[in-house]
Amino acid sequence: MIRRVLPHGMGRGLLTRRPGTRRGGFSLDWDGKVSEIKKKIKSILPGRSCDLLQDTSHLPPEHSDVVIVGGGVLGLSVAYWLKKLESRRGAIRVLVVERDHTYSQASTGLSVGGICQQFSLPENIQLSLFSASFLRNINEYLAVVDAPPLDLRFNPSGYLLLASEKDAAAMESNVKVQRQEGAKVSLMSPDQLRNKFPWINTEGVALASYGMEDEGWFDPWCLLQGLRRKVQSLGVLFCQGEVTRFVSSSQRMLTTDDKAVVLKRIHEVHVKMDRSLEYQPVECAIVINAAGAWSAQIAALAGVGEGPPGTLQGTKLPVEPRKRYVYVWHCPQGPGLETPLVADTSGAYFRREGLGSNYLGGRSPTEEEPDPANLEVDHDFFQDKVWPHLALRVPAFETLKVQSAWAGYYDYNTFDQNGVVGPHPLVVNMYFATGFSGHGLQQAPGIGRAVAEMVLKGRFQTIDLSPFLFTRFYLGEKIQENNII
Amino acid sequence: MAAPWASLRLVAPMWNGRIRGIHRLGAAVAPEGSQKKKRTILQFLTNYFYDVEALRDYLLQGEMYKVHEKNRFRDKEWIRPDKYGHFSQEFWNFCEVPVEAVDAGDCDINYEGLDNLLRLKELQSLSLQRCSHVDDWCLSRLYPLADSLQELSLAGCPRISERGLACLHHLQNLRRLDISDLPAVSNPGLTQILVEEMLPNCEVVGVDWAEGLKSGPEEQPRDTASPVPA
Repeated sequence: MIRRVLPHGMGRGLLTRRPGTRRGGFSLDWDGKVSEIKKKIKSILPGRSCDLLQDTSHLPPEHSDVVIVGGGVLGLSVAYWLKKLESRRGAIRVLVVERDHTYSQASTGLSVGGICQQFSLPENIQLSLFSASFLRNINEYLAVVDAPPLDLRFNPSGYLLLASEKDAAAMESNVKVQRQEGAKVSLMSPDQLRNKFPWINTEGVALASYGMEDEGWFDPWCLLQGLRRKVQSLGVLFCQGEVTRFVSSSQRMLTTDDKAVVLKRIHEVHVKMDRSLEYQPVECAIVINAAGAWSAQIAALAGVGEGPPGTLQGTKLPVEPRKRYVYVWHCPQGPGLETPLVADTSGAYFRREGLGSNYLGGRSPTEEEPDPANLEVDHDFFQDKVWPHLALRVPAFETLKVQSAWAGYYDYNTFDQNGVVGPHPLVVNMYFATGFSGHGLQQAPGIGRAVAEMVLKGRFQTIDLSPFLFTRFYLGEKIQENNII
Repeated sequence: MAAPWASLRLVAPMWNGRIRGIHRLGAAVAPEGSQKKKRTILQFLTNYFYDVEALRDYLLQGEMYKVHEKNRFRDKEWIRPDKYGHFSQEFWNFCEVPVEAVDAGDCDINYEGLDNLLRLKELQSLSLQRCSHVDDWCLSRLYPLADSLQELSLAGCPRISERGLACLHHLQNLRRLDISDLPAVSNPGLTQILVEEMLPNCEVVGVDWAEGLKSGPEEQPRDTASPVPA
């Protein structure tokens, strides 16, 4: 009777003998647990410091549904769209891991900030068009209660791309594709160019394409801070730390052709804290690689590229950091307020900065690449490789004075200079959003939405980015983008 | 509003010559004799009887109204909404008439709304004064009007900055541009100078060039050549 009245658990504990003591060989290590419990009880008693609940507020949470590696504009854009497109409020827990909260080396802050639709691939054009409408309505997308509206400082002055004889045909066909997708681009002959912009020297220019709408440049910091603010208000957690390890499990499966394939699934992300050996294992379901110039390292941690070369297992992520310089100069007689971002036939580009006859620009190196180990600026590069082309194109630039310069990284895709978006075929829960080789900032809103659709719905819904999947590196299908500045 | 005498000048040619002028109502090209008699009798009656005078005034007003209706756009009158904010239904009769001027001052027109204005290929004068939603992006859309637009007013728009003004260089036929009272422009004096350089045939109005000057007692004697600090 007593046994029936007492609650079950208590009955077992009080009236029955513990199985471990009777049988021996109990796997729970009861003796160790007892001493631990004794230690904990002793620490609760007054007179001892309470170490029971350690302060872990500086550590990331132990569980998160999605971990985004990289807190630049691409990572934050993916976080924003994941929260925007989730089916129920608070359905997805997102953690953004960023190594450096000052963004001192991040490509976003060091970018020139241009946006243009003059690409050769329709997908790139659509991404840029969507990003332009996102930026135009940024205060509706990124509105946060009680926070001031964002001022992107957008200059709608457009891009002017110049083509020599040999590139003129390609430019014409590109403009046709751009117009079909809805970009407002006009073609100009050298005479029309001289009429419109008298400060240009049209020697060597056969054709020019000029973007009339939705093109220009803006402040990338403002976009980054706006995204950060909005994303934090939507409940995304931030963590300053470095991803050092992925713990994954493998599964050996057979394809339809009876070939063995090892599929990996990442279970845990080890996030190491800044300036400390402490790390937190974050259990996660999905990992997004938006680490920019360092994406290849993150991919290697996950086991991408470990295998014999020439196989899918052995295909590495072909993204590497490439250093690019930007110089700021002052030229009092230079081109006026109407100057677009001019990209010369030689690859040199420049644009106005502010009202005071300051310009900034640079050029992608054609011969040897600068060493990407640090962000030191090579001023001789300007003297030898940039200035002569600028002075040829704009005679007023023969007398200019360099005020300052900086360097930043392109997350350069050595395969075809276009981004990688979507899941890896073998590491099934790692999604890429990287490798955009200099046009990541201007396409970030579109890419973020595409990756969020892929994660939440399993396929691309608005813009089809299937040509940008990882598998093209193994299959060798290049989608070459011709208009890279 | 055109002055009354001006409208009369325009009104006069429409009259087929039958009646020379307001003051000579009743004078006709018909044979002199009978007309003179008629005119005398009518004049005589008008001079002596108030009722006849009132009747003649009433008939005259009817004639004037018919003529004004025909000449509505010769006077360059604006089509305005009435006191209830509605436009007259007769507006629909003028579908084929090209629109020359649009006054969108104090309107809530925005980027998408400009779609409607950009189709007016013969628009000569556009006023976007004090439109609170017109910003730099909207200005970048104005280039389709480049062939016809001669007058543009952006006075008092809170969201327009010098970055948007840079894309007005497409409007090469612009003769008058009003950029007064733009609070978002950081340096109005310098902006005015740059815009004037950008549009050499245009009269840019709204900013006094001395606004950008900073007066200091020790600087003034030396500072004669360049008015605006770079």
